[in-house]
Amino acid sequence: MRKKEMIAMLLAGGQGSRLGVLTSNKAKPAVMFGGKYRIIDFAMSNCVNSGVDTVGVLTQYQPLLLNQHIGIGTPWDLDRRNGGVTILAPHMKTENGEWYTGTADAIYQNLDFIDQYGPEYVLVLGGDHIYKMDYSRMLDFHKKNNCDVSIAALTVPLEEASRFGVMNIHDDNRIYEFEEKPPQPKSNMANMGIYIFRWELLRDALERDNKVNPDSDFGKHVLPMLLSEGKRMFAYPFSGYWKDVGTIDSYWMANMDLIQTVPDFNLYENFDKIYTDSDHQPPLYTGANTEIKASIISEGSEVLGKVYNSILGPNVIVEEGAVVRDSILMEGCYIGKGTVIERSIIDTDCTIGDGVSIGVGDNVINVHRPKVYDTGITVVGELSSIPDKISIGKNCVIFGKTTPVDYPNNRLESGESIVKRINANGVRA
Amino acid sequence: MRAVGIILAGGKSERLGELTRNRATSALPVGSCYRAIDFPLSNMTNSGISKVAIITQYNSRSLHDHLSSPKWWDLGSKQGGMFVFSPYQSGENSMWFRGTADAIYQNLTFLKRSNEPYVIISSGDCVYKMNYNDLIAYHEQKNADITIAYRQVPDNDDIRQYGVMELDAANRLTDLEEKPLEPQSDLASIGVYVISRPLLIELVETIVSEGRYDLVRDLLSRYRKRLRIYGYRFDGYWRNLGSIHSYFDCNMDFLRRDIRNDFTVQHPYIKTKPKDEPPAKFNNMAHVTNCLVGSGAILNGNANRSIIFRRVYTGEHSTISNAILMEGTYIGNNCVVEHAILDKDVILHNGARIVGTPESPAVITKGHEVKA
Repeated sequence: MRKKEMIAMLLAGGQGSRLGVLTSNKAKPAVMFGGKYRIIDFAMSNCVNSGVDTVGVLTQYQPLLLNQHIGIGTPWDLDRRNGGVTILAPHMKTENGEWYTGTADAIYQNLDFIDQYGPEYVLVLGGDHIYKMDYSRMLDFHKKNNCDVSIAALTVPLEEASRFGVMNIHDDNRIYEFEEKPPQPKSNMANMGIYIFRWELLRDALERDNKVNPDSDFGKHVLPMLLSEGKRMFAYPFSGYWKDVGTIDSYWMANMDLIQTVPDFNLYENFDKIYTDSDHQPPLYTGANTEIKASIISEGSEVLGKVYNSILGPNVIVEEGAVVRDSILMEGCYIGKGTVIERSIIDTDCTIGDGVSIGVGDNVINVHRPKVYDTGITVVGELSSIPDKISIGKNCVIFGKTTPVDYPNNRLESGESIVKRINANGVRA
Repeated sequence: MRAVGIILAGGKSERLGELTRNRATSALPVGSCYRAIDFPLSNMTNSGISKVAIITQYNSRSLHDHLSSPKWWDLGSKQGGMFVFSPYQSGENSMWFRGTADAIYQNLTFLKRSNEPYVIISSGDCVYKMNYNDLIAYHEQKNADITIAYRQVPDNDDIRQYGVMELDAANRLTDLEEKPLEPQSDLASIGVYVISRPLLIELVETIVSEGRYDLVRDLLSRYRKRLRIYGYRFDGYWRNLGSIHSYFDCNMDFLRRDIRNDFTVQHPYIKTKPKDEPPAKFNNMAHVTNCLVGSGAILNGNANRSIIFRRVYTGEHSTISNAILMEGTYIGNNCVVEHAILDKDVILHNGARIVGTPESPAVITKGHEVKA
């Protein structure tokens, strides 16, 4: 195995429970974003665009879709003989076998994988943020400052810093303190969860920490330990677009960022492209009476109705007379004739009948999961269907093949849910 | 698999003018994201053929660019693969292919090293979808030496531009005439053949040794009485891209749902090289009706009945109708484009006007800049 200077370890095992039904059958990094992409595409593409050609993807929660999407890495040119992409799932060992119990534990359980490449540096990052970043420049920074650990830091307005894990730094960017969501932040450097470690140092730290903390976590255990030992830890300042899409609202907002006339996050540059598994997607078609404004529409869609301020994934059909407004329709959805959809997220392969309205009525917070569905957005889970002439309110959740029987008076009031499918863990979405 | 494939992609067509000045006809962009060769090439892999030779000659760079990797057509395998052959110099000779049969002859090693019983030959510049297994089944049923796919040419199409076939009651070929002045039937070859591999090797070696180099004239037509040559009727959509008109019409045909879906939705669909462009973006001023739009396009203007390729930009208050805008075309504000074909990377400055007629669409050369 040829030696690599730096390899990436991409943490993609999280559930993302605050995304509700969107993650009931798939890991958060596999959720579609920006029409044709999946959330993990951004981190994966950043890796290859930064010249990192060896990526270990750590999966745990509902990995089927993620595994299929990543495959052998072809969309990112990571189908390589030396390096490339490797899916690292929890596995049995001679003495024991266990799940990944923390972010650092996941890396610890894959020491052998990293050792194969004998890297000098290891890049650890999450698979659930939307951004473009050149990790090779961060590595330059790391080397220049002779760092043990460098941590990418988003410079945020000071008044917003209390929402983040904050790094307090000296003038030379050296970190002297970590604070988690401090009420009175001393610094505007927010931890983005992107780390470069000297491998020798990280290997030793993981082995030591695992003896103390079986649920070894970078933020909680490993980084504070290294800081207390006086290691050279620096914040690498980053000021570009970076969005966490961990909630229904932030997911919806980040999608809507893409439809600005000149978006803050520009996918249309001809460098640093974002790659995804989009082979053989045909062009889209607009009908004779179509109206599409302030929207992005992906390949293979057929829009015969009207679409405003919306994001359409591949192979979506919007029939004649349908109106879609302020919504996200993911791959393979069918929207029937005369149907009106407002401020909703419809996951992949849903069938919405004729004359349906979704997202109408009063803004009542969801009764069953008030912390997840509270911003007026109605969410329809993957592979669901809704029969003709049904009216559905705001903050509703629909998951599964529904029939007219499920809707008394052909209505689902705001804040109500119909969940017919139970996910693999037996938990209601 | 029971056949290897050969795609003849070396030809040029004088009638395409500027469109093929720097590209092979088989590399012509079609339907917002395809190239002509994607159709026969996808037909090959969709029919289970895993070993395909593509023979290029005229303006081959454009094709080689598109065929940069076999994996997009599922041909990146150890058993089989995609072989792109261009004329080359060797110790004995350095010559261009003198005809279609010569092109096969000069690459005969490909056929000699194969084991499959049949060869499917297709031209590279026709838009159609065919399961070649049906063709082979018919060939075997007729116990034929060669089978030629043909179609009945509709009245609105000029049959004198094709190879016209006369068939007997059992569909055996009795006569074949290239571009006849006095066509004797309305049945035209669509340039798709099946023949046994050893027979093709034998015939090509024989005719080339006699100084004959053309597949249709010197092999099919000349041997029609000695060999059992049959016609296989094909009723699906088929267009050749031999003229500006047929090129324009073929693109516009993709606006029809039945034709478009046959190629793009009905499994197995046509495959092409992915370009990873973002979704098409429709801004506030856009009004786009009855159009096909490729990914990465950014649209601000009006467009109707047009084929818009990838990465096209249209400015505000521009009006586009009955037009083909190839990849990377930039159209400024207040432009008018009607009955036109804008080749790749054409730039229209604000207020520019390109207006052709239905009979003769305006053609703007690749990379050309047009000022108001």
